[in-house]
Order: sequence, then structure tokens, then C-alpha cells
Amino acid sequence: MDIGILGTLGLYALSTVAYVAFLFTQKKKLHHYGVWLLSAGCLIHTLWIGYRTVASGHLPVNTLRDTLSFAGWALTGVFLLFHYRYRLKVMGIFAAPLATAVVAVVATLPATTMAAKPVLKSLWLVSHVTFIFIGEAGMALACGLGVLYLTQERAIKSKKPGFFFRRLPSLDQLDSAGYGCILGGFLMMTLGLIMGLVYAKSVWGRFWSWDPKEVWSGITWLLYAVMIHMRLSVGWRGRRTAVMAIIGFATVLFTFLGVNLFLSGHHGEFTGR
Amino acid sequence: MINKHDILLIGLNHKTAPVEIRECIGFSGDESDQALLDLHALEAVHEVLLVSTCNRVEALVTTSSKDDAVRQIVTLLAEMNGIPADDFEDKLYRHVNDEAVRHIFRVASSLDSMVVGEPQILGQIKEAYRKAATKKTSGVILNRLLHKTFLVAKRVRTETGIGDHAVSISYAAIELARKIFGDLEGRKVMLVGAGEMAELAVEHLIRNHADQILVANRTFERGVELARRFNGRAIRFEEIATGLESVDIVISSTGASDYVIRREQVRGVMRRRRNRPLFFIDIAVPRDIDPEINRLNNIYAYDIDDLKGVIEENIEDRQRAAVKGERLVDEAVIRFHQWYENLDVVPTIVGLRRKFEGVTRAEVARTFSGGSLPEVAPEALDKMVNALVNKILHDPTTILKREEGHGNKAQLLAAIRKLFKLDDNDTI
Repeated sequence: MDIGILGTLGLYALSTVAYVAFLFTQKKKLHHYGVWLLSAGCLIHTLWIGYRTVASGHLPVNTLRDTLSFAGWALTGVFLLFHYRYRLKVMGIFAAPLATAVVAVVATLPATTMAAKPVLKSLWLVSHVTFIFIGEAGMALACGLGVLYLTQERAIKSKKPGFFFRRLPSLDQLDSAGYGCILGGFLMMTLGLIMGLVYAKSVWGRFWSWDPKEVWSGITWLLYAVMIHMRLSVGWRGRRTAVMAIIGFATVLFTFLGVNLFLSGHHGEFTGR
Repeated sequence: MINKHDILLIGLNHKTAPVEIRECIGFSGDESDQALLDLHALEAVHEVLLVSTCNRVEALVTTSSKDDAVRQIVTLLAEMNGIPADDFEDKLYRHVNDEAVRHIFRVASSLDSMVVGEPQILGQIKEAYRKAATKKTSGVILNRLLHKTFLVAKRVRTETGIGDHAVSISYAAIELARKIFGDLEGRKVMLVGAGEMAELAVEHLIRNHADQILVANRTFERGVELARRFNGRAIRFEEIATGLESVDIVISSTGASDYVIRREQVRGVMRRRRNRPLFFIDIAVPRDIDPEINRLNNIYAYDIDDLKGVIEENIEDRQRAAVKGERLVDEAVIRFHQWYENLDVVPTIVGLRRKFEGVTRAEVARTFSGGSLPEVAPEALDKMVNALVNKILHDPTTILKREEGHGNKAQLLAAIRKLFKLDDNDTI
């Protein structure tokens, strides 16, 4: 039944193993395995989501299980794109385990099927969800890069270069890759939010209704907007950006999961509350 | 039976001989060509390779009488360099067979170098081998040995990471700069003061494509002079603060008794730099750069002791890597030993016999396995196989056992072993 998600999980986990082994041994071959395993996992994941879409007649984002799976898929996809853009080998050590963890949670959640609602078939909704998740995946990578930046900076500042100093790329690379992820993620997130507003208008007749998820999305969006603004205007970079990227992603996570779990609102209609 | 040749290595290096001796014995370019030919012409020497660098002079030879070879080589070295043999004879080491093999493996893998893990030595041995090969002073044994040497050296380098990290102050500074800025291309450098180590660091940076060099010196004329050398620009000492706005790396080495660059100064500059990172390398004692600067965001300040600390860690790593390297060398010595032992008449004939017998028996068994042919007594088949193999091997055996110059024989044996694939361990 869920052979798709288990296959995906298996490949992601193997990819994680390859990346961890790469971190320790620094053998290029292991890194290649990591990329290929993750790509294969992503392919199966894509097929699985495609299959669920065809079977249910809409994009499967109406249960927490499906939504998480979709988020995991976006993360892997964005990471693979990132990989071809920046070629920061060490980044897989962050992305692969995260994707594995997300899919592992998916695999343990019960597969509840919800009656397909006509509201789910809107193209606006599909774009809203897709863009938001791609944006969030970008922010996840930026957070990972932030953590790596802080690690590397610590190694250099403490004047005790060691394990990570050798294995991590330069601060400049980590910083600019992180900023690239935030810019890309912010763009996608903005588009996704606009789609959401349009969709809200078409369903509830209002663009904005102070739903908690909307409020938190707004906060998240503002946070990243401020970060980008500060970088452009006074040159915020390095440590500060790295910390902000981590805080930003924590906010993203809360908006995505926390709001569903602790607060209620009309997004609950979609995510099975 | 032929008297098998020995592999002999004779030489001296930085550990056994002081520089005065090494510079006397060493050969440069054309000299070493002539020395190689002279060595090859020695009666007791069959194949020869000559390695001559500033840290070592070594002759690797094959010989049928090692005592004669040693004596002749020492005499030749003394003659060629015009110094009495007594002056350096006690500095020479002599290694025979496995020990000679181990020595050349260790040297090429940079395990025997003054700075363990330094990469030049492998290139120097390759060059020496190229010479020996073009002048045809190397033969089947040294060819194989050197081929294996290069494989071992490569393996040691890639598997132990022995040469991965900087072990000199100026290289350590470059390595750090790379971890901060990534590519050093187009980065601007400011040299404050002057000094051998600081200038060396600047040169490394230029080699890494650092772009513009600013030179600040208390004596402006001296600054201009240095700037000309680095193709840079001299600024006055008072202009350092403004200079900080545009440069990325500052190397400081002045004789000042107090800090030349202070925390407050830099803090103000960072705003105008829009927080682009700044890397201070302070080589001066007493220090030129307020160490508190390291606490500011996007600024990294290393003094000479910090750099030494970094190197020490790397040196320890190299020592660990060297232990692993020694193990790889040991393995390779054992493999070479097997090959060399087998490069003799008896093992080769035994090998051929085993191979032919195996093939014949397998084919006989296959032919009779179908059951379509009438049964034949197994003894008769055995006899046939033996006779067949004996007849085929008769001529090769006679020729191999004939007394003849060892060189041709070794070549012949090596060819046979290769053609019939008698050595299966053709890795390292």
C-alpha cells in the first residue's frame, strides 16, 4: 500500500548514510552516492505524490501526513536544485537527514483519507501550496547553511580549526549561498502568499481574515523582508544573517506545524483538524 | 642457477649529512646526466637511477655483487665531486633489497622528507626516473620498482591526506584566508610594515591571485620600494585607517611597541565597509593589532602564536597520517618482494608448468565430460598431459637455464611472466 513512501524513506536514509560517511572520510565517491540516492528517492517520492494526486483527483495536501510528505518532497527537490547551483558538497549532511526525518514521520502517521472537497481543486490553491512549500524548503536550506556558518565561524574565531574547519566551505560561500536561498525562498513564499490571498477572496470573499495561520505567515514574511532589507541597506551579513536564518526557519516551522497544533482557524479545514 | 641480482640503494640525506656535504655531493642538471651515465658504466652496476635534490643524493642500482658496487659508486662520487671519500663515506646509508625498496617507497611518499608530506619530492623522483628511462639506465627491475613507487606514493597521498594541511606560518595564513573568503581572486591586501615572513605571505597571496597590494610603512620610501616589488601602491602610515575601508586582508609586521591598529578604529571602519569580512594577520612581536578585534563581527584576527597553534595541529595530523603511510608502504614492500622473488628461473618454470597443466587438464576433463567419447584410462590421460607440458616447456626451460647476462634474463623472465599472467597481484 505505502510501498512508495517506504521506498522513498529507504532511499533518503541511505543517502543520509552516504552523506555522513562522506563527512567523515571525505571520499568524493560517497558524495556521489548521496546525491544519486537522494535523486532516486526524490523520483519515487514524486511518483508517489503524482499517484496520490491522480487517485484522489486533487493535490494531496489535505491531511497532516500528506502535507508533511509534500514539504519533504519540496525540500529534496529544492536541495537538488541548490546542489546543481552552488555545489556545496557538505550541504547534503543537513538536507538528507532532514528529508529523511520528515518522511519518517510521514511513514508513521496513519493514512486517513478525507473526503475530497471541491475547494481543493482550485488551481489557486494548488499554486499557493506548491509555492509556499518550495519557499519553505529554501528557508530550511538557509537555516542549515546558517548552522554551518556558525560552526565554521566558531572554528575560525576560536583559533582551533579542527574537524569542521577542514570539511566546511568558506564563510563567504556559506553566507552567499544562504542569502541566495533566502532570496529564492522569499520570492516563492511571496508568490505563494499572493495566491493564498486570491484563493481566500474566491472562497470566503475576503483577502485577509486574521486567521492565526495568516497572521503567522505575515509575521514570517515580514521577518524575511526585514532581513533582506537590512542586508541591502546596511550590509547585514555573516553571523547576524546566519542567526536570522535560523530564527526565520523556526518561525516557518511554527507557522506550518505549531499553528495547526496549538491554534485553530480556517486552515484547519484543509489539514484535518 | 644464475646468481640473482640485488637491489641496492646508497645515498645520504638531510638526516645523515650536513648541508656542506650535501652541496658537495649534489648534482645539478647536466651534471646529473653525466653522473647517471658514469654510474651505469660501472662494472658492478647493472641498472641505475640517480636522485639528487637539495636534501638528498641517492643512487638506486641493481647489482650482482653489492660490495663491489658500493665501493665503485663511492669512488665515483668522490671523483666526480673532487672530495675525498673519507669525508662523506660515514654519512652514507646502504639499503639492500627489501630495505632499498622500502626506502624508495618512503622517500617518494614524502615520509622521509624534512617536512613530512611535502609534495615536491615525488616530482623530483619522477624526473629522475624519466632521465633514467630516456638514457636507458633503468631496466626491467627498476622500471617495475619505480612504477610501483609512484602508485604507492599516490596511494599514501590520497588515502592518508598527509599533504593536506599547511605546516608553515605563511601557508597557514593562506589556508585561513581561503576559509574566510573562499576564492582569493581579486581580494585586496594591505601590508603594514615589512619583514621576511610578512613578505612571504604577501607573495603567497599574490600567487593565489590576490589583487591589489597596499603597502604602509613608517618610512614612506621603503613602502614605495616594497610596493614596486609587489606591483602595488604605497600609502602613508597615517592612511591606514582609510585603507582599511577597501582591503580584505591585512598583514602586519612592524617594530612598533604598541598596537598600530585598534579596536575602535576598526569598529568604525566596518560600518563603511558594510560589514564585508576583514582578516588580520599579525606577525609582529610585540603585536601590532589589538587582539580584541577578533571579537567584532565579521573580523578575524590571528597573531603569530595563533598561527603556530594551527600549524601544530596540522603537524600532529601529518604524524598520524605518516603512521598510516608507513603501513601502506609495508604492504607494498611485501608485494614487491613476492614479485621480485618470482622473477627467477625456477619460479617462472614452475608457474608456467602449473598454468599449462591446469589448462590442459581442464580441457581434457571438458572433452570427456559429455560421455559421447569412449572411456579412457585416467592414467593414460595423465601421462599424456605430462608429456605434452614437458615437451612444450622443454625449449623455454633450456633457454632460461642457459648461463647468460642477468639483464637479458630478467627481461626475458619479466616478459614471460607478463605474457602468461603469472603474477596476479598487478595492483600495488
